[in-house]
Amino acid sequence: MKHFRHVGLALVATFAMSQAGAEELTGTLKNIKDTGAITLGFRDSSIPFSYLDDNQKPIGFAMDICYKIVDAVKKELKLDKLEVKLNPVTSATRIPLMANGTIDLECGSTTNNAERQKQVAFTNTHFLTASRYVFKKSSGLKSIDDLKGKTVVSTAGTTNIKQLTEANVAKGLGANIIPAKDHAEAFLMVETDRAVAFVMDDILLASLVAGSKSPSDYVISKDAFSKPEPYGIMLRKDDPQFKKVVDAATAALYTSGEGEKIYDKWFMAKIPPKGLNLNTPISPELKHEFAKPSDSPNPDDYK
Amino acid sequence: MNYHWNWGIFFEPNPMGTGTYLDMLLSGLVLTLKTAALAWIIALIFGTAIGVLRTLPSKTASWIGFCWVEFFRNMPLLVQLFLWFFVLPELLPRSAGLWLKQLPNAPFWTAAIGIGFFMSARVAIQLQAGIGSLPRGQRMAATALGLTTFQGYRYVLLPMAFRIILPPLTSEFLNTIKNTAVAITIGLIELTGEARSMQEFSFQVFEAFTAATILYLLVNAVVVTAMRFLERWVAIPGYITGK
Repeated sequence: MKHFRHVGLALVATFAMSQAGAEELTGTLKNIKDTGAITLGFRDSSIPFSYLDDNQKPIGFAMDICYKIVDAVKKELKLDKLEVKLNPVTSATRIPLMANGTIDLECGSTTNNAERQKQVAFTNTHFLTASRYVFKKSSGLKSIDDLKGKTVVSTAGTTNIKQLTEANVAKGLGANIIPAKDHAEAFLMVETDRAVAFVMDDILLASLVAGSKSPSDYVISKDAFSKPEPYGIMLRKDDPQFKKVVDAATAALYTSGEGEKIYDKWFMAKIPPKGLNLNTPISPELKHEFAKPSDSPNPDDYK
Repeated sequence: MNYHWNWGIFFEPNPMGTGTYLDMLLSGLVLTLKTAALAWIIALIFGTAIGVLRTLPSKTASWIGFCWVEFFRNMPLLVQLFLWFFVLPELLPRSAGLWLKQLPNAPFWTAAIGIGFFMSARVAIQLQAGIGSLPRGQRMAATALGLTTFQGYRYVLLPMAFRIILPPLTSEFLNTIKNTAVAITIGLIELTGEARSMQEFSFQVFEAFTAATILYLLVNAVVVTAMRFLERWVAIPGYITGK
């Protein structure tokens, strides 16, 4: 179903004359203009980036950023009305739905790395996270070396399980690594003592702990398995026109100081539905990134 | 479609350092086959016992058979595996529960046994139908020959019933193989699990699942062919199952 918004088209036609050297629209931008709609892919439980609140409405840090991008697209295309469609995605469906044009932006907590850049593009980084582990206070772990010979869980197919495997070999830990299907299940493994620790992005661990039955039982490790890795909003590859608009929008948002305001709203205050507070101040690395926005997949670029 | 196809991905090294992506999928396939084989053995043993119980004249025996089948048949397999893996250890005394949780390869054993029991209910129903389809005279003739109930089943009823139900048993065996995919929910990273890992690492989702599909098809083709040979090998001329 395509809804042609003649109002928008007529307006654009009027302004197109005045645009000096107006480029021919291609890719996603052309699509958005033709249909008068943009589709955002959201995750249902990536707290606080993209998740459903108690009214089943997607909210979160990444969602707020996406809405800013939508405003910029609207302005760029000089549309007076732009319909925003919302489409749920999972880690398994985000690629096919991006490739077949169902979603235009993926607003979540997707790690931007070199392997994935062969398939999709990312805009400027909106978060940096390192691989740490969560454990029960009662297990008395002190450092990564204490994981020797223990059972450690991580989520299958994540960069975290890869780092854990590498550390296991490099440090000769001899830990028994078990893969879990998803984050919730992995956390359940620690909760039910099937594993002593769960290795994952620290911010995801923080939100799992905050949402657990007794948050005070858990500790997130100080030492990390990795350098901070970037999260980015995902878009289609080889779509330079759209990427330019999205990059400009996110860069403007982050450098203006508004990015930090939105950050504080989601990480330093109570968030719906349960009024959790993640209490995670903005890291110096992310502050630096906001000052000089970058879409690099390389962790070394974020120091 | 804005998708970057890369069929060469299978020969690229996987990030886990265990060889190529193809090696990853193959190690998943091995786990799928192991789980399915063990589950099928369990399903046959328990299914046969319960199927026989359900056809015995004894009220108690058929009641036990009825309970077993209804228990394993009426709950989704996904729920059953979750119950065995996450709930059962919490219901046991603390030390026993902890011992169960710390077992090495717990997901594998839980999946094999859980799927085995689930499928045993289906095998039992098939066998009951097979025995039920035999002429009543067969059971009587066995008794008239002086065979005990056990001998009657062992030498007359079961050999006939199993021949009759070989084709539906083939389907059940295929179902067992396909059902192992459910085991990813308890952290058994078999073929489907490895395909998912591959798509998470590389974002080459279509290649990963195409490969998994082909591997499942190949395995099932082998099973179907082998069962055809078995059917032909045990066929008795002159009967429904014979030529």
